[in-house]
Amino acid sequence: MDNEQNTKGAQEPAKPKADVCPTKRGKLELSEVRDMLTEKKGPQYWRTLDELSQTPEFEEMLHREFPRQASEWEGGGTSRRDFLKVMSASLALAALSACVKQPLEPIVPYVRQPEEITLGKPLFFATAFPMPMGAVPVLVESHEGRPTKIEGNPQHPATLGGTDVFTQASILTLYDPDRSQTITYLGDARPWGQFLNAIRGPLNAQKAAGGGGLRLLTGAVTSPTLAAQIRDFQKLYPQAKWHVWEPVAHGNARAASQARFGQPIDTQYNFEKAEVVVTLDGDFLSSGFLGFHRNARQFAARRRPELKEAMLRMYAVESTPTNTGGKADHRLPVRASEVESIARALAAQVGVGGASVNLQGEQAKFVAAAAKDLQSKRGRCVVVPGEHQSVAVHMLAHSMNQALGAVGQTVIYTDPIEAAPVDYTASLKEIVGDMNAGKVDILIMVGVNPVYDAPVDLNFQQAMDKVPLRVHQGMYQDETSRLSHWHINGTHYLEQWGDARAFDGTASIIQPLIAPLYSGRSDHELLAMMNGQSDASGYDLVRKYWQTQHTGLDFESWWRRSLHDGLIEGTTSAPKTIAAKGTAIPAAPQSSGSMEIMFRRDHTIYDGRFAQNAWLQETPKPMTQLTWDNAVLLSIATGKKLDIKTEDLVELEYQGRKVKGAVWLTPGHPDNAATVYLGYGRDNSGRVASGLGFNAYKLRRSDAPWFDRGLKLTKTGETYELACTQGHQNMEGRALVRAATLEEFIKNPGFAHEMVEAPAPGLTMYAAYQYKDHKWGMTIDMNSCIGCKTCVVACQSENNIPVVGKTEVKRGRHMHWLRIDTYHEGTAENPKSYFQPVPCMQCENAPCEVVCPVGATVHSAEGLNDMVYNRCVGTRYCSNNCPYKVRRFNFLLFTAPVWDSPQLSMLQNPDVTVRSRGVMEKCNYCVQRITHARISAEEDNNRKIPDGEVLTACQQACPADAIVFGDMNDPNSRVSKMKAMQRNFGLLEELNTRPRTTYMAVVRNPNPELEPQQKREEHASLAVADAGKGV
Amino acid sequence: MTEAPVYGIMAEFDNPTDLLHATEATYAAGYRKIDAYSPYPIEELSDAVGFHKTRIPLIVLCGAILGGLSGFALQYWISAISYPLNIGGRPYNSWPAFIIVTFEMTILFGGISAVVGMLGLNGLPQPYHPVFNNPRFTSASRDRFFLCIEASDPKFEIDRVQQFMQGFNALDVTEVTH
Amino acid sequence: MQQGPEEKTITEERLLPGQPATLAPGHTLGSITDKISWVVLRRPITLGWVSGFAIAFGLLMLLQLAIGYLLFRGVGIWGINIPVGWGFAIINFVWWIGIGHAGTLISAILLLLKQNWRNSINRFAEAMTLFAVACAGMFPLIHTGRPWLAVYWLFPYPNTMGVWPQFRSPLIWDVFAVSTYGTISLLFWFVGLIPDLATFRDTAKNPVARFVYGLLAMGWRGSARHWKRYESAYLLLAGLATPLVLSVHTVVSFDFAVSILPGWHTTIFPPYFVAGAIYSGFAMVLVLAIPIRQFYGMKDMITERHLDNAAKVMLATGLIVAYGYAMEVFFAWYSANGFERFMMHNRMFGPYGWAYWMLIATNIVIPQVLWIRSVRLAPFKLFLVSIVVLVGMWMERFVIVAVSLHRDFLPSSWGMYVPTRWDWMTFVGTLGLFFTAMFLFIRIMPMISIFEMRTLLPESKIEEEVAAHD
Repeated sequence: MDNEQNTKGAQEPAKPKADVCPTKRGKLELSEVRDMLTEKKGPQYWRTLDELSQTPEFEEMLHREFPRQASEWEGGGTSRRDFLKVMSASLALAALSACVKQPLEPIVPYVRQPEEITLGKPLFFATAFPMPMGAVPVLVESHEGRPTKIEGNPQHPATLGGTDVFTQASILTLYDPDRSQTITYLGDARPWGQFLNAIRGPLNAQKAAGGGGLRLLTGAVTSPTLAAQIRDFQKLYPQAKWHVWEPVAHGNARAASQARFGQPIDTQYNFEKAEVVVTLDGDFLSSGFLGFHRNARQFAARRRPELKEAMLRMYAVESTPTNTGGKADHRLPVRASEVESIARALAAQVGVGGASVNLQGEQAKFVAAAAKDLQSKRGRCVVVPGEHQSVAVHMLAHSMNQALGAVGQTVIYTDPIEAAPVDYTASLKEIVGDMNAGKVDILIMVGVNPVYDAPVDLNFQQAMDKVPLRVHQGMYQDETSRLSHWHINGTHYLEQWGDARAFDGTASIIQPLIAPLYSGRSDHELLAMMNGQSDASGYDLVRKYWQTQHTGLDFESWWRRSLHDGLIEGTTSAPKTIAAKGTAIPAAPQSSGSMEIMFRRDHTIYDGRFAQNAWLQETPKPMTQLTWDNAVLLSIATGKKLDIKTEDLVELEYQGRKVKGAVWLTPGHPDNAATVYLGYGRDNSGRVASGLGFNAYKLRRSDAPWFDRGLKLTKTGETYELACTQGHQNMEGRALVRAATLEEFIKNPGFAHEMVEAPAPGLTMYAAYQYKDHKWGMTIDMNSCIGCKTCVVACQSENNIPVVGKTEVKRGRHMHWLRIDTYHEGTAENPKSYFQPVPCMQCENAPCEVVCPVGATVHSAEGLNDMVYNRCVGTRYCSNNCPYKVRRFNFLLFTAPVWDSPQLSMLQNPDVTVRSRGVMEKCNYCVQRITHARISAEEDNNRKIPDGEVLTACQQACPADAIVFGDMNDPNSRVSKMKAMQRNFGLLEELNTRPRTTYMAVVRNPNPELEPQQKREEHASLAVADAGKGV
Repeated sequence: MTEAPVYGIMAEFDNPTDLLHATEATYAAGYRKIDAYSPYPIEELSDAVGFHKTRIPLIVLCGAILGGLSGFALQYWISAISYPLNIGGRPYNSWPAFIIVTFEMTILFGGISAVVGMLGLNGLPQPYHPVFNNPRFTSASRDRFFLCIEASDPKFEIDRVQQFMQGFNALDVTEVTH
Repeated sequence: MQQGPEEKTITEERLLPGQPATLAPGHTLGSITDKISWVVLRRPITLGWVSGFAIAFGLLMLLQLAIGYLLFRGVGIWGINIPVGWGFAIINFVWWIGIGHAGTLISAILLLLKQNWRNSINRFAEAMTLFAVACAGMFPLIHTGRPWLAVYWLFPYPNTMGVWPQFRSPLIWDVFAVSTYGTISLLFWFVGLIPDLATFRDTAKNPVARFVYGLLAMGWRGSARHWKRYESAYLLLAGLATPLVLSVHTVVSFDFAVSILPGWHTTIFPPYFVAGAIYSGFAMVLVLAIPIRQFYGMKDMITERHLDNAAKVMLATGLIVAYGYAMEVFFAWYSANGFERFMMHNRMFGPYGWAYWMLIATNIVIPQVLWIRSVRLAPFKLFLVSIVVLVGMWMERFVIVAVSLHRDFLPSSWGMYVPTRWDWMTFVGTLGLFFTAMFLFIRIMPMISIFEMRTLLPESKIEEEVAAHD
C-alpha cells in the first residue's frame, strides 16, 4: 500500500522549499545538468528575505536551522525576544552566501594559531572518514568555514598520511545537491517534531513490551560512542534485536576466524618485514581492503630495487585482473573457485593442511616456486587470502602463515574494531525471518540500503513490507527509504559529531567542519532519541562517552589534544597471540556448471554507496579504465569462444534470475568466468547514480555471495556503449614504461637510459634559462605506484576539475589533469601490467608554449609551465603540440553544475580559478600551494621554504608515497636525490622537451625459475589490448 | 552670363595610330600642356606627351622598407623589451621566428603604398574634370582616342590650335570648356 | 607549347595548326566592351541565376545557423576532442586558402611571365580568391574556444594587462599572412577594376548605376599619364603579390611543420602545400569558368585554349603534390624514427586508411587523364576532373590534420575523430558563402577585364608594327 504511495511521491516533482539550499529538480541526466546554464530551470536559490520570513516554510527552516530553539518554539513558551534572536540569527545566516555556517560547538583547528579565521588562509581540522573496514583519519582544509579538500593525516599510525579514492571524493558527497534534504513521511516533508510525536507512541508501547517487536538494522559500527548508545538501547528494550548488514565488507574472513579461533579477529598485515608475498586472490592494494593505506605504503617501501636481494617478490593468484596482480612479479589467473585447490597445493608444499592436490603445468610450476620461496624466507613472508575467498582458503592461509612463522611478524591478529563483529549474512537472514514471521513491529534502519543490496534470495523487500512501522535514516532518498514510512535525512561525517576506529583500532573523534546543511540527524542523535534523550546533541553524546572513558586528570586538554591530533592515544588495538582451536579445513564445495560468475565490490563506488558521487563515477576503474558503468568482464578467449565482443549486451542468467549487462573483454581474465561489479543499476537515486550500468545484486544469493558456477551467458544482439578513458593499452613497442628485472638492474643500474637516445643537455644553440630562487620538480616512482587512482581524485578535488559525464568521456573529453596510464605487455592470457601516472611534464622546452598565439601558457620564474586561463582564447594548438596529451579543454561549459547549484559552488577551492567554456587547462604542480608557502615564508622574514612544506595534492594523497615534489635547486631535497638516482628517466625525452616531471623506471623481481632471462619478451605487442575499441 | 572659360581643344580619333602621330606632331609643334586619352594603356603614348618617368617605384620601395623595419621593431620591442617572457625556453629575441611577420609587413606596406601612390599622383579620386564636358568623351573608355591641348599652355591660342588640330585626320575637333 | 612576347598578337591564322586562340577573331574594341558589360548592364536576370543564387544563399543561411549555435554552445558541438584538437575548421581553412591561391597567381605571376591569355580569366579568378580568402579567414577565428577575445588578442594590440601576442606562434604568422594576403588581393583586384568601372560609368543607362560606378571609378579618364603610373603600380603590385602568394601557403604549412607531431613535423610541407594550393586553385577556376563560358556565351573569350592551359597547370602541380606524398613515405622510412614510421603505417592501414587511399585516388590517379588532350579540351570532362581534384585536396587536409592527430606519441591518449552534423553544416555553409558572393559578383562587376582584353585585339596595336608583320 505504501508502495504506490511512495512511487507516487517519487514521481511528483518535489515542491520548492524555502530551503537554504534547495535544488530539487526533476531527475536529470548529468548531460542535461550541464546545459543548465542555457535553460534556467529549478527554483531560485534564494528569495528576498521579507518574502521568505512570511512563508510558512520559514518556520520549517527554523526547525532545521536551530533544533534547540525550534523545540522550545514548539513548547509555545517562546518569548518575543527569543523569536527576534532566532529571526535575526537566521536572517544573518541567510545573508551568508551559500549556507556557510560554523557549527555551534567549539571545534579545534589543526594548526596551532588563533582560532578565528583569517580570510584567504585555510584552516585544517583533523577528523575521520568512517568506512566499514575502518575509518580513514583525515585533515580537512576549510576556507572561511567551508570544507573544500580532504587530506590524509600523516600523524596517524593506520594510514601514515595516505588516503584512498573514497576518502578523497567524500567531500563531494557533502555538497551533493541530490542529498536527502528533509525528513519525509511517505514522501512528504515533515519537521523533526512531527516525527518525534509519531514515533513516541509506538516506542513507548515497545518499552512496555520489552521491545520484542523492535529491530535495529545498522551498517558495521566502529564508533565506540554509537556502540555504547546501542548498549543503552538494548538495556532500554531488552528484547529488541540489533542486526548488522554490510554487503561487501570482510567477506568470509570473519567466518574463517570464527572457525579457526572460535572468535572473530581482524587480520592485519605488516609488509615492512615481508620479502615474499603470495596472494590467494587477496587484492590488498585496492581501496577498501582492510589496512589498504598502510599496506600500500609498506609494500612500496619494500619494492625499492635499491634493496637488492631483499626486495619484495610477489606471487599473485587471482580471479580477475587487479592492481595487486598488476604489481605482482608472477601472476596466475584462475577462476575464483579454483583458488582453493591452489591454496591446498601450496599449503601441502609448505607442510600444512591435508592431502595435496596435484596440479598441472603452469599452476604446478607456479605453486612449487612460490612454496620454495616462502620456505626460504620464513618469518619474512606472508600469504594473503582474498576477503571473498572461501572459508577454506582463509583457514589455509592462516595455517600457512602460522607454519611459516609469519604470525607476529608479517601477520598480526587483533580484536575486531567492530562493535558487533557478526556474520552479516546470517544477521540479515535472521531479521528477514523475524519480519516474515510478523515478529517485527518497528524497523529502524540506520545508514543502510538493504532493499537494494541485500542478497536477492532473502527477498528483503517483501519481508519488510510486513513491518507496520519502518524508519530509515540515511544521506539519500534511496530504494529503502522509498519503501519506508519515515525517512530521516542523515548527516555527512563532515557535518556531525562522532567517533570511529581505524582498521588498527585507533579511535578518532569525528568533528564537524560545518553545521548540517539540511539539519540532518546523525545516527547518534537518532539513537539518543530512541533512548529518550530527544534533544541530546551529537557533541554532548560523544563528549559524555569519552568522559567516561578518560582516566587522566584534565579532560579538557586531553579532549583538545585528541581533536587536534585526530586520534586518541592508546586506543590502538594490541596484537593478539591466539591459539588455533579448529584447524579442520572444510571440504571444497562441489560446484557444477562450466561458466563461473564472480561478484566484486566496485573499485570506485564500493558497494553502491558512492554511486551518486560524480568524481568516483568518472574515475577510471583500475585496469579496465572504464568510467560511469560496470561491465561484465570476460577473458579474450572466452569472448572469442562465445563470439561476444566488447560492448555487446549480454544476458546473465544465474539460478533462474536474469540481468543484462555490457561485456568488456579484459586481458588477464581467467577463461570461462565472468566478473560483475556491484553497486550499479540504481534507479531514482539521484541525477548522477540513476540509469548507469546494471544491478549485479539481482543475481547475488546469500549462499554464494562471491562466486559460483552455473552462469549462463546469452547474446542479446544489442550493444551498450561503455566510456573508457584509455582505449589502447598497448605500448606499441615504445619505451614509455621502462622496465627491467632485478638481475638486469643490478648488472646495469642505468638501463633506463639505454632505451632511447636523449639529446645531451648542452646540445643547444641558446643558453638555458637560469632559475635562481626555486626550481620545482617532481619524480614519480612507477615501482611504487599501485595505480589506485587516489591522486586522480585528489587532483580533481584540489583543482576544481569539472566532471564531464559519460557521453563526453566517450568523446574523449574527460578533464583529469592527472591520469594513470595502464599498459599491458605480453600475452593476452596473462599480461604484465604497468601503471604510469601522467601529470603535466612542465617541460623546459615546452612545445605547447611556443605555439600559443596569445602567450596564455608561459614559463614562470620558478620554471613552472603556467596556464593563464584568462588569457587563453582556446586555439587548442598547445594540446595538439603536447606529446604527452596532458592538456584538457573546456569544449563546453563543463562547470555549469557549479554555477548552477549553491552547494557545488561551496565546494570549489577559492585558490583555484573555476574555468569557463573555451579555455585550456592542465596540471600546474598545484601552484596555489606553492604560492601559499611562498607567502607565508615571506611573512616570517623571508625564511627558506623547507623541503616537504609544499606538497602537491597528488603527492599528499598518495598512499604509496610514489610522488615526490620539491625544489631541484636544493641538492638535499628529496626530489633532487630521486633525480640523481639511475632509475630516473624522462618520458619521451628523445623529443628534447626536457620534462621536469621524471619517472623511476620499473624493476620487477621475478623468480628466475619461472622466468628465465632469455624468455622475457621485450615489449611484446598485444593487439587484443585494444579490447576492440578501434583506436 | 559670359560663356565658361576654355579648358582646351580636343581631337577625337578612332584608332591608336592616328592618335600617336597626332600627339607626336603636337609635341613637336612645341605644345607642352597636352594629354592623350585611350581606352587601354599604350606604351608609346606617355613618351609622346613628354611623360617619361614616374616616381611610383621609389614610393613602393620606401613603403616596403618602412613596413619591414616597423614589423621587426614591433616584434623585438614586444618580446624583448616591453614584456619579455620565457616561452618554451626560447630566447627573448627569437629573430628567426620574427622573419615571417617582418616579410608580411614589407609586402603589405609596399602594396598599399603602390596603390595610394598611384592614385595620389594621378590626383584620384577626382570628382570633376573638364574633359568630361565633351559629350563624346564617354567613348574614351570604349573605343575612341582623344588628344587635348590645354588652354594653360603658353603657346595656346584657340584659332591656331583649332586649325592645327584640323590637320590631323580626327573625327572631330571640339572646344572643351571648364 | 609556344609562348613568349610574340604571342601578344596571336590571331587565328598565326596559330600552330589546331591550337585554339586566346580570343576568337572578329572582335573590335567596341564589341568586347559591349559584350562584357552587357552581362551586367543590359542582360535581364534569368531564372537560372535566381535559382542558383537561391541555393547558394540558402546554404549561407545554414552557415549562419551553424555559427550562431557554435557561439551559443561552444566548440564542443563539433567532433573535436583530445587528442584531435583540430578538425573540420582547420581542414576547411587550409582548403579555402589553397583555392584562394589561383587568383593572385594568375593575375600576378602570369602577368610577370607575360602570359596574356590570363587576361580573360584573371578578373573572376581574383574575385574567387577574395571570396575564398573570406571563407578561409573566418575559420581561425570561429575555431577558437573564445572567439570574442581572439578577435583582438590575435592582433598586435595589448590587452589591459599589457600582454601582446606571442610572435613565435605560427598562428600569429597566419594572422599576418592571411590578412596581408586578403588586403593585397583586394587592392590588386580593385586597381584592376578601375578602368572598367570607368567604362561602366560611361556606358550605364541607369543613373544610379552610373553614379555608383562613377564613384568607384574615382574620375578615371584614361590619360596617358594615368596609364603610365597605373601600369607601373600594377606591375609592382604583381611583383609584390608573387612572393606573397607563395608565402601564404608556406606560412599555413608552418602551422603543421613547426609543431613536433609526427605527420606534421616535415620540411617538405611548404613547397608541396603551395603546389597543392595552386592545384586546387586552378581546379576551382575551371569549376567556375566552364559554366560561365557556357551560360554567358563567353566561349569566344574563355576559349578552349584557357581550359587547356589551366588543365596543364593542374597536371604539373598535381605531379608536384604526388612527389610530396612520395617523399613523406620515403622520409618516414629513411628517418628510421619509430614514431614517423608508425604514423605513415597508420595513415595507410589504420582506422582512417580509407581516407588516405581515397586521397591517392582523387588527387593523383584520376587527374592523370589530363595527359590526354581530348580530355583537356572537353569542358565537361575537365569539369568533372576539377571536382575530383577539389575533393582530393580536401581529403589531403583531412589526412594531414585529423589522421596525424588521432594517434601520436602516447598510445594511452589515442582517440578517434567523428565529425558532427555541425561540422558538416559549417563546411557546406562556407560553400554557400562562396557561391553567393560569386553569383553577386558576375551580376555587378565585369567578370572579364575589359581593358586588358582590348589589348589582345590586333586593331589595338600601333599600325607600323602590324604592317611590319605582313
